[in-house]
Amino acid sequence: MTPLDDPALVRVLAADGTMAPTPAAERYLPLIDALTDAELETFYRDMVSIRAFDVQATNLQRQGQLALWPPSFGQEAAQVGSARAARAQDHIFPSYREHVVTRIRGVDPLDIIRLMRGLTHGGWDPTDPKNGNTHIYTLVLGAQTLHATGLAMGLVFDGKSGSGDPERDEAVIVYYGDGASSQGDVHEAMVFAASFQTPEVFFLQNNQWAISVPVATQSRSPLYKRGEGYGIPSLQVDGNDVLASYAVSKVALDEARAGGGPRAIEAMTYRMGAHTTSDDPTKYRTSDEEKAWAERDPIARMRAYLEGRGAPQQFFDDADAEGAALADDVRVRTNELGTIPRVHMFESVYSEAHALIQEEQRWLDDYEASMEGGAQ
Amino acid sequence: MPISRALNAGLRRALETDDRVLLMGEDIGPLGGVFRVTEGLQKDFGPRRVIDSPLAESGIVGTAIGLAMGGFKPVLEIQFDGFVFPAFDQITSQLAKITNRHEGGVRMPVVIRIPYGGHIGAVEHHQESPEAYFTHTAGLRVVSPSNANDAYWMMQQAIASPDPVIFLEPKAKYWQKGEVDTDKPALPLHASRIVRRGTDVTLVGHGAMVTTLLQAAALAESEGTSCEVIDLRSLSPVDYGPLLDSVRRTGRMVYAQEAPGFTSLGSEIAATVMEKAFFALEAPVLRVSGFDVPFPPAKLEGTYLPDADRILEAVDRSLAY
Repeated sequence: MTPLDDPALVRVLAADGTMAPTPAAERYLPLIDALTDAELETFYRDMVSIRAFDVQATNLQRQGQLALWPPSFGQEAAQVGSARAARAQDHIFPSYREHVVTRIRGVDPLDIIRLMRGLTHGGWDPTDPKNGNTHIYTLVLGAQTLHATGLAMGLVFDGKSGSGDPERDEAVIVYYGDGASSQGDVHEAMVFAASFQTPEVFFLQNNQWAISVPVATQSRSPLYKRGEGYGIPSLQVDGNDVLASYAVSKVALDEARAGGGPRAIEAMTYRMGAHTTSDDPTKYRTSDEEKAWAERDPIARMRAYLEGRGAPQQFFDDADAEGAALADDVRVRTNELGTIPRVHMFESVYSEAHALIQEEQRWLDDYEASMEGGAQ
Repeated sequence: MPISRALNAGLRRALETDDRVLLMGEDIGPLGGVFRVTEGLQKDFGPRRVIDSPLAESGIVGTAIGLAMGGFKPVLEIQFDGFVFPAFDQITSQLAKITNRHEGGVRMPVVIRIPYGGHIGAVEHHQESPEAYFTHTAGLRVVSPSNANDAYWMMQQAIASPDPVIFLEPKAKYWQKGEVDTDKPALPLHASRIVRRGTDVTLVGHGAMVTTLLQAAALAESEGTSCEVIDLRSLSPVDYGPLLDSVRRTGRMVYAQEAPGFTSLGSEIAATVMEKAFFALEAPVLRVSGFDVPFPPAKLEGTYLPDADRILEAVDRSLAY
């Protein structure tokens, strides 16, 4: 049995875009039915736009404009569904390829570009309201699951969850991958989350490959079953089905926000591109496999569904144009990015003055000033 | 009062004065920590302020980062020096760099208390001196009190710091008594201090080694050599002012530490003093250290750890130049 045949899998849309709920999806159908046409169209536009951005960013890396790019190509549905399920007051902890999650929350995609170009180590301020409580990318696998859990513990301590007021209660959603699930920090995060009954959703995007190592090498059982071992209600969803991803995330976040403790979701998806622009997937996986997953493309699936509901061609053309505009805007603004002043290196290492840093900064200033013509 | 009680009193005062301060660690609740430093605090402040954590060091530090992001000021207890390494990534890759990665937008007022060092005859992983790992990491502050008054005040100063502080507690001295002035601190957190005046050789160290340096100075005095003793107190940043002033008067310096000598704090201080006070020196700065071996089985710790005699041997070598 392949994981996608597991009867416990939540799937609403079949790969051809027809409504074909699995038994596990039945309880979520009222949530799907409640979605408006505008919301459904937003899901689609989100996915199309970020794919255009992702392709553009990959090209920018190939052209030497970025040091690295981690593509999100193929994982759009899991990300859009989960991010659209979060409320404004919820806190988001991405890993490093949740490009559409950050965009939905308000982060400027150029902030990710700046990080991957080598201009920042973060890129945006999670405390700035315009960024929607979205934390910066973390490149150390799984480390952010503990940060998310700590923040969620604080929500419990401060009475910011479980009050019964869904307009006020807050929750945390943390993203990580199948590779990160092998990290000890993810284990410890789940132990702490269960111990303190945090209002938190662990959202695992199983894209089948940890760079070149398949998930089967890292886990003998479906990854969602690990959650049960911690006493965390867990399920598996078709991550290429944006409707199912939305529904399971909404229920899990609502339950966590209401004080029900942590939840875990394993979204079965596929990284259709490389892990990052540094690797070459043709060395470790077959074209047959890639072809099989391409037939489950999340955007094609949702497009077929919307076409079946009578969405006009103009809508799809507009969505494509919106994506192209985003990609063009990112290219233009990337080319306009300048450099950073050297003082940036010394700023923010500490919040308060540190004698050694101050001394080294003074030395560098004097050194630069002593150069012929002076430096910046 | 003993240093352990001074630390307890400092923690208590911080808990009283700032309701965003919380304590977290293994066995720190009803037990009061394996060294009883947190004794009675959970009873008085409750399990939400004084938290018995799961037994997971990376979890303790990693969740404290999230708590700090939520506006808390976590004070963590790592049970023993050798057990800090499971949390090493969260401390050095995450905690130390979070403020920098956020360009100042997110602060990390986290204190990590680590009982460290030898002299207690314990089993492996219970007697180590890991300070150089942390002083080597930008973004961390590292301090170590050597007496009760400093323990009381430096704890509160560390908690008040908006930066992460590695707070190294010399476990061998937990029961060493001293006067505590609860009205005002003697010094800022990052100042070094001359604890004994002398004219011939400057002796420098931190934590439990300060007691040993004072013993050596007393013995040297009986042999006619006058030693100045400086308690470093802050390991990052180092307050070089009193060290350089002193060595410019004495012309000689011996640095003593329990940690192995290779690429250690003593190496850094020796190099810096030689760079900045070269023409004042009558002899090279000498280091007295633990050996570059794993901390040995307890029955050999007396051989491994620098004692007054090894410090005096270095003093003699310095004077012979």
